[in-house]
Amino acid sequence: MRLAVVGAGAVGRSVVDLAGEYGHEVVAVADSSSAVVADGTDGRDAGVDPDAVVARKAERGIVGDGDPADALAADYDALVEATPTTLGDAEPGFSHVRTALERDRHAVLANKGPVAERFGDLRALVNDSDGEIRFEATVGGAIPAVSTVEDIEPGHVTAVRGVLNGTANFILTRMAAEGLDYEHVLAEAQDLGVAEADPSFDVDGTDAALKCVILANVLSFGAADDPADAREFTLDDADVSGIRDVPGSALRLAAEDGRTVRLIGEATGETVRVAPRLVPENGTLAVSGTQNIVQIETTHAGRLNISGRGAGGPETASAVLGDVGRLE
Amino acid sequence: MSDGRDGVPEETADGEDATADGGHAATTPSTHTVRLELVDEPGQLLAALHPIAENGGNLLSIYHERGNKTPRGRIPVEVDFEATQERFEGIVEALRSEGVNVMQAGTERYAEEVTILLFGHLIDTDLSDTLSQIEACESASVADVSLAAPQGTEEVSSARLRLEARAGETEAALTAVRELAAEKDLRLVEPLTGVEA
Ligand SMILES: NC(=O)c1ccc[n+]([C@@H]2O[C@H](COP(=O)([O-])OP(=O)(O)OC[C@H]3O[C@@H](n4cnc5c(N)ncnc54)[C@H](OP(=O)(O)O)[C@@H]3O)[C@@H](O)[C@H]2O)c1
Repeated sequence: MRLAVVGAGAVGRSVVDLAGEYGHEVVAVADSSSAVVADGTDGRDAGVDPDAVVARKAERGIVGDGDPADALAADYDALVEATPTTLGDAEPGFSHVRTALERDRHAVLANKGPVAERFGDLRALVNDSDGEIRFEATVGGAIPAVSTVEDIEPGHVTAVRGVLNGTANFILTRMAAEGLDYEHVLAEAQDLGVAEADPSFDVDGTDAALKCVILANVLSFGAADDPADAREFTLDDADVSGIRDVPGSALRLAAEDGRTVRLIGEATGETVRVAPRLVPENGTLAVSGTQNIVQIETTHAGRLNISGRGAGGPETASAVLGDVGRLE
Repeated sequence: MSDGRDGVPEETADGEDATADGGHAATTPSTHTVRLELVDEPGQLLAALHPIAENGGNLLSIYHERGNKTPRGRIPVEVDFEATQERFEGIVEALRSEGVNVMQAGTERYAEEVTILLFGHLIDTDLSDTLSQIEACESASVADVSLAAPQGTEEVSSARLRLEARAGETEAALTAVRELAAEKDLRLVEPLTGVEA
């Protein structure tokens, strides 16, 4: 497949870097201010040189001499949307995906915004297009959460829950292990690059909630006979509380009783909820550090657990490229 | 490894499995323990024992915990009696409809246990009142409380509570605690109920 990669951050760059290994070719790359588009004069195949793009981004902060819009207009089979996740109108990601679908091309999203905030609008665009959308990378990084739910069939999945934010999980794990308070551990996480300078998105539960909203949309639309009857979820429908104010003493009390606290997200076709919850200390859901876990409750196949790395450039790119493979 | 276990139906609390094995459990009397809360007034104990005898319960012992009052200033009384499962349920219902507060209706299959954490200004917001209000909700009673106030009583402290809920009423009990927590601006960490590790 010929890919246009929009967004050249950790995820976009890894997709550019790894696409060849998966048998795909990158024909365009854009960041916020520049683009490079293969001109087809290269003789062999028409792709851009991935190493050159990544090097140029590292050295000069741009990917090429073109305008970002050039990448959207390039001759690709699938657009990879890896710009920052935004809430509300989910722009510019939503428009990028719309452009691809209106051109009857596929879109693969790492960006959670459009699938969490405008799932109905996306479905409508897909209906009028020969293109499809896929978004495995938006939930649980490398963990195949969405495709597993699809394989089981959403109508046979009663709930999906799990630990879906590595930053919050790292903080809770360290607080419990070291008996430290939130502020201490947050500073440590920031030093290690596990938490961002402004950690709100992760520690307030927003990121986990977006992932659960996406799962709720998959369950709701997937189980409905007629998509017009499906309930659409957005972040506003989620009941969210984060971990910012969890005191060290609460984790100690939990530990005394063989338990611990994890930020757990739960999605059904009817509700979305993210909150710190008490779980058995050695239980399946008590993954440690930045690990994520997705637990799928099914009608006929019991409970499935998939744990693994929930973030990271190559990890997320692996989910993106898996999606690209499913579109072939 | 544990494949075999998955095929065994879980014990249900509605007595269905009792009939499945020939009905013994439903017709054979067994010993039950009930914890009652009585107002400290004459005649209260006798009034409370009435529904037990009247509904076919065979009284075995009564343990009156004088001096040990509940957070609401009531006197806890532990009563042991024999009854079949069916009658036992009738007795608990009769006690409740007489206005007797049944804190814990014994035998494991009747009670559901749930552990929660509360944190915030627990002491400033009157912890004992918080506990009494949880007790006051029909669905649950507080079986155990551990408090941690590492920064003194005026700072944020945490408590771990073990609640005993009537069968099938864990969700109702949690809802009551949720509302109480919201009212007092306390944070509640709920367990993942129904999800074994
Ligand atoms: N990182 C992960 O582990 C992970 C996991 C799952 C999902 N995701 C999602 O994947 C997306 C990308 O993540 P990331 O970590 O790679 O983010 P990032 O490092 O912040 O990179 C975002 C990229 O998007 C570019 N961009 C911003 N606005 C643009 C526009 N209008 N047109 C074209 N490009 C634009 C930025 O350009 P400049 O370089 O010029 O600033 C940057 O290259 C996000 O939505 C994120 O939520 C990330």
